[in-house]
Amino acid sequence: MRFLSDAAIERLVEEAESPDMSGTRYRIIQAIGEGGMGKVYLAVDTRLNRQVALKVLNLPFTDEHARRMATEAQVIARLEHPGIVPIHDFGKLEDGRVFFTMKFVDGRRLDQYARMETSLPALLRCFHKICETVSFAHSNGVIHRDLKPENIMVGAFGEVLVMDWGISKILAEGTGGFERREPADRARRNGVLSGDEQGEVSQPGPTEELVTGEGVALGTAFYMPPEQEQGRLDQQNRSSDVYALGAVMYFLLVGGPPERRPDTTLKWPSSDSSVSTRLKAICTMCLFLDQSSRYESAEEVGREILRYLDGEPVKAYKENLAERAGRWLKHNRVPVLLVLAYLLMRAIVFLFIRR
Amino acid sequence: MISAYWMPVYKYVRIRWGKPIDDAKDLTQGFFLEAMEKDFFRKFDPGKARFRTFLRTCLDGYISNEEKSASRLKRGGDVQFSSLDFGDAENGIGAAPETQARSTEEFFEQEWRRSVFNLSLDLFQSRLVEQGKQVHFKLFEVYVLDGLEDGRRVKYEDLAREFGLTAGTVTNYLAAARRDFRRAVFDKLRELTVTEDEFRREARALLGVDPE
Repeated sequence: MRFLSDAAIERLVEEAESPDMSGTRYRIIQAIGEGGMGKVYLAVDTRLNRQVALKVLNLPFTDEHARRMATEAQVIARLEHPGIVPIHDFGKLEDGRVFFTMKFVDGRRLDQYARMETSLPALLRCFHKICETVSFAHSNGVIHRDLKPENIMVGAFGEVLVMDWGISKILAEGTGGFERREPADRARRNGVLSGDEQGEVSQPGPTEELVTGEGVALGTAFYMPPEQEQGRLDQQNRSSDVYALGAVMYFLLVGGPPERRPDTTLKWPSSDSSVSTRLKAICTMCLFLDQSSRYESAEEVGREILRYLDGEPVKAYKENLAERAGRWLKHNRVPVLLVLAYLLMRAIVFLFIRR
Repeated sequence: MISAYWMPVYKYVRIRWGKPIDDAKDLTQGFFLEAMEKDFFRKFDPGKARFRTFLRTCLDGYISNEEKSASRLKRGGDVQFSSLDFGDAENGIGAAPETQARSTEEFFEQEWRRSVFNLSLDLFQSRLVEQGKQVHFKLFEVYVLDGLEDGRRVKYEDLAREFGLTAGTVTNYLAAARRDFRRAVFDKLRELTVTEDEFRREARALLGVDPE
């Protein structure tokens, strides 16, 4: 008899619980990730002969789980944007599990990308794209609620994609008829509440309602604003995503998530003096615990980043005269040097003629 | 039933009761002998507890009694179950130091999983060999059990090259092998359980899936 190590048992379990796709056009290659509600696989669409990302609901599941995952697919389908992975197909397996397929993104997670890419402007441009995508979702009445570097992919062509909309929430206004229901009891798992315990949205239908999770934290610690951490659902809005954007930006600037502190002070690593005061101010303004003190929208955060990259003053930081002059000089280095060179040359010519 | 549980029982006696090899062998064989003679597994009610818990309770009682009476040699020492390969069980003990850190419940659970998967793999292999699908089994074995040390998976392309198949064929063979393996696990579980409800519970405990 062979000896099966614990690692071998884990692999066997993985193989055995791998969904049976025989009735579909998809063939699983390997598991590539796990969300709250389901597992994500790299699969092949045998009809079109292309690779896709396949998300399948975990077992065991309830009708509620299946409905929530269907809703996630609907949310993604509704958000057609270059920063959101397009959904290809949605279906149900013989065992009742729902699944959907998306474009397979051959790239790196933002946390991995940030470790490779050391150029701050490149990282900030990447962050700006994230802000644009989140802003687009907000304009469509959807808040993501689980923004973190692990849920953002940077593709091979530099495209930046916001993934995992499993715990997104549809805001009441301007949502095209999404509805809400009374709170439901949910459990926390491993510090990260998963989508299968949350399910916030649902397309309107004769029997469908929106499940909420009042009093329960949904999302990921470190990237979660206090209103989300405390499960205050009615207070979770666009500014909650602004907070998470600030936490993502903090990660890009210092290489780790913001430290959670009981007081309101955001702690910056004392060793890191390379981050400019203006960037720190933008980040801090996103991460205010008081929602009304944060930027009003993801779009505004994106604009601030562009202002910083263009050497313009940012709203989050009031500069004194010396700082303003320093920034102006830094931004206009080339024309200033040209003028100085011209003046120097004129002075030399003048002195030469005088002699 | 003995084939699925003897190894967990033996390892439990060795590690949790701290018995030396020979004593553990005697106690394991003695336990199953007494269980058969007195037919006390019949008292198991799947509605009340899991069979593993029931069996472990019986085992603890048996070992306590044996220690008190110091008569284990009379009961089990002269009995040999020819199919029990204690050498294999010993290999497992040496190779699994992490088992020391587990609770008694977790330890027995994991040994039970190990044993069921072993039996399921044997059943799966014999079925595929009968059908002339040795390549399916070999592919599955290499794909699942190779690269465990560094956590890396063998790539389909590498398997295709090694077995002289196309990547598409490897994908199809592995998909079929997964289905057959799952079926073998469920069939093995059916042998080990009494009611449909117990079977479903055990399937969920083992795989986290509901049998179809």
